[in-house]
Amino acid sequence: MKIYGVAILAICFLIGQIMGQFLGKAFQLAGNLGGVGFAMLILVISNDYFKKKKILQPETEKGILFWTSMYIPVVVAMSASQNVKAALSGGWVAIIVAIVATAACYSLIPVLSKIANKKNKFF
Amino acid sequence: MSDIIKLLEKNGLVFAFLVVGVIMYISYFISKKIARSRIPGAAIAISIGLVIAYFGGENGLASIPAFSGMAILGGSMLRDFSIVSTALGASFTEIKKTGMVGLLSLVIGTVVAFILGGSIAYLMGYHDAKSIATIGAGACTFIVGPVTGSAVGASSDVIAISIAIGVIKSILVTISTSFLAKPLGINNPQTAMIFGGLVGSTSGVSAGLAATDPKLVPYGALTATFHTAMGCLLCPSILYFIVHYMIG
Repeated sequence: MKIYGVAILAICFLIGQIMGQFLGKAFQLAGNLGGVGFAMLILVISNDYFKKKKILQPETEKGILFWTSMYIPVVVAMSASQNVKAALSGGWVAIIVAIVATAACYSLIPVLSKIANKKNKFF
Repeated sequence: MSDIIKLLEKNGLVFAFLVVGVIMYISYFISKKIARSRIPGAAIAISIGLVIAYFGGENGLASIPAFSGMAILGGSMLRDFSIVSTALGASFTEIKKTGMVGLLSLVIGTVVAFILGGSIAYLMGYHDAKSIATIGAGACTFIVGPVTGSAVGASSDVIAISIAIGVIKSILVTISTSFLAKPLGINNPQTAMIFGGLVGSTSGVSAGLAATDPKLVPYGALTATFHTAMGCLLCPSILYFIVHYMIG
């Protein structure tokens, strides 16, 4: 049943959130530190385990995949509910950061490829 | 008329499904027919979202009562829930094949984007740790920005900037990948994975690789998915922590 998939997703989500909350408390900072990331890691690792044991039914998986397909629509709704008027006052920040960050990431590709190739030669 | 508005207000979430559905349809139509798949439909849809948010108020379009459901659909609970679900597309054994370099590209991609974004934010007048971390996180992807922003409690306008950064990055990546693939050597699965890990924008990377060589898409998308996870893990935690203690 699809709801099993949704429930698996929910437990991963909640455990991740609890871990994030705990980490936030531990560092005495307000909010949730990396809860979403933890939840994703838990889902990836448990999905791998399920796949090895072949216990994840396709129907169960569909329950999770539905939410994957809702990801962009949810993000669209999120963007539509932001304070864009206020953000526009800082418009240049967005454009400059985007260009600089993208260019920097691109320039690192050949560097890392070289490291990867060197490693392959040795092993 | 006022009865209809009341009804829409009462059934806000359902109405939001309809509104977003229409936006998605229009965006994918534009992407396919007008932009000839050069710009991903997702990037257009998010941009349309940001544009219509301009006509609203403090909560964007959701400030208008009839559209209040947009804030539920796009609120942090459903957003984080759907983001976590995307991890299903990534397999830990697959990423292990790229090994340490794959992991290295994820960490470097996240940290470099964060440092650059945060530094520019600081230079352009954002001097509080929450805003710096959120804008730095936005330089990773349009997900990492708002996730970090709401985790550390940044203001909505800073979160909107972080989304805008991610969206612009995704469009830049989509358009430029096919042109830069040759000089950068993106012609094999390994480089595609490094590319995805460094750049991170899943929609940009997959659309860009699709325009370059469709066979490379799953490899780039795989590490790009992990990039968002890595960003959501590092930015609101260790990286915010460092900024917090540097700035105070």
